[in-house]
Amino acid sequence: MPPVITVEHLRKVYGHHVVAVDDVSFEVEQGEIFGLLGSNGAGKTTTVECVQGLRTPTGGTVRVLGKDPVHHAGDLRGRMGCQLQESRLPDHMKVWEALDLFASLTPGVVDWQTLLEQWGLAEKRNASFSNLSGGQRQRLFIALALVSSPEVVFLDEMTTGLDPAARRIAWDLIEKIRDRGTTVVLVTHFMDEAERLCDRVAVVDKGKIIAADTPRGLVVRYDPLEQVVFTCELPEIAWLRDVPGARSVTRRGQRVVVEGTGPLLAHVGAALLQRDLACEDLRVIEPSLEDVFLTLTGHLVED
Amino acid sequence: MADGAAGRAAPAPADAPPAPASPAGRRRLSHPGGLRVLLKLTWIELKLFLREPMTIVFTFAFPVVLMFVLGEVFGNQPGGSNERVFAGTGAMNYYAPAYIAVVTMSVGVIMLPARLTDYRSGGVLRRFRASLVPIWAVLGSQVLAALVLGVIGSVLVAAFAAIFYPVHFPDSLALLAAGFVLCSAAFAAIGTLLGAVMPSPRAAQGAGLMLFFVMLFLSGASVPMEVMSSTMKKIGDFLPLTYGVDLLQGAWSGGTWDWTAAIVLLGIALVAGYLSLRVYRWG
Repeated sequence: MPPVITVEHLRKVYGHHVVAVDDVSFEVEQGEIFGLLGSNGAGKTTTVECVQGLRTPTGGTVRVLGKDPVHHAGDLRGRMGCQLQESRLPDHMKVWEALDLFASLTPGVVDWQTLLEQWGLAEKRNASFSNLSGGQRQRLFIALALVSSPEVVFLDEMTTGLDPAARRIAWDLIEKIRDRGTTVVLVTHFMDEAERLCDRVAVVDKGKIIAADTPRGLVVRYDPLEQVVFTCELPEIAWLRDVPGARSVTRRGQRVVVEGTGPLLAHVGAALLQRDLACEDLRVIEPSLEDVFLTLTGHLVED
Repeated sequence: MADGAAGRAAPAPADAPPAPASPAGRRRLSHPGGLRVLLKLTWIELKLFLREPMTIVFTFAFPVVLMFVLGEVFGNQPGGSNERVFAGTGAMNYYAPAYIAVVTMSVGVIMLPARLTDYRSGGVLRRFRASLVPIWAVLGSQVLAALVLGVIGSVLVAAFAAIFYPVHFPDSLALLAAGFVLCSAAFAAIGTLLGAVMPSPRAAQGAGLMLFFVMLFLSGASVPMEVMSSTMKKIGDFLPLTYGVDLLQGAWSGGTWDWTAAIVLLGIALVAGYLSLRVYRWG
């Protein structure tokens, strides 16, 4: 099956000098959740906007469902759903009117009632857009992106503004959308979101994709070290360095961190038992996407 | 790389008529069910306008209130002091058609620019565009909704004048209707152009209100032409509302068609309409 989205050597320059996207290539397969992960200003949004046909690329080619999204936008009508990062509806437009309007853009689509229910907007159906909370607006935009039952849906920072409970509900719903066969492109700066949802992640930094793989694959490739942590009043810990697989040992107060590879937990546990040391809360901290991101970009996402 | 469609077109039989890819694509962009979308958007826009306090105030209430003031002061008795001032007819016969022109102006210069700048700067257009709502449907629905608002406002003004200061029935309803459409088109085009060039809703509202009041006072819609100073008249010659008032007054009293006014308004509609379509940008 051909990829749903093909991007080759995409380049977008604003004005004459501001290179927002610099030689980006990737493919998105049918039925996956593909994440573009990066800090603000990394070029994620410009990239998806080029893919959506909202911006004309300076160079390179973009194909969505085999079509050029800028020049054959009409062919993609209703097959592509977009939730935009910075957009609004008219203040006095009601929730049901918005859904009704956007549904009418794709002939044959009538069932937006289900979306109202799914996205928790049923009791807000007669509320004006200006009276919705940030989270409600966000959910409305996601519902609008889905109203035409698109084959591919773009979600740009969709959980920004949602409270933790609403975020989890949103995640579950996105997984359901994917399970129905819809391809999802997710733009996010939340590591946990990318790790939880994405089948594959491209890490974007300074307009380039610097790594792309499954979240697990990225971790294995770029930050394979795991950490074993325990709390202990050991005065002397240098001997822990001789534990098989250990690379470094550090302590912060009573907290000891052994970093290394292999079945580190077992080795550290065995070594502690051998010395008859009872330590509380011995556990492993798996390397996360956040660690990978730090390793790759050298800066935190909130920078 | 050329594009996919062109590549596929190449091996087609030589006798097949050439099917250029992009115009077909563009036509499809602007259609399927485009008219349905336009009508739905127009209906929604109309509701949005009616939920807007500014509409109620400037399009419906203000013209009627001014009509009330003018009617109480001047009445509708022709002759007497009215003889020299209101083109020989009753003051309210003079003002009723003028205020229909004022209604079309208020919709055009106050409502439309505020709405269009708000859509552009606030991300509403982005939202529409991402779902491939055609831009002609966005602009067209505004203009159509404005036209309907104008009809409602005009009926209010005319009904008020007819009930309380018995004005005579329009001498030519057909010419009045034609003049109304021309006025609406001219002011909608001006409003769309303002909406295209003004940077923010506040700027648009400021500019719109200023145009509204300047035109209200210097176009013969409040101060009759006969008592204006020559400077006021000279300024009035440059104001679109002057021509709207002339056109509608001619149709109402006498059933005449002022060709100069009609051509000026048509010219404004075409030029401003063309410019606004050229200038208006997605957010």
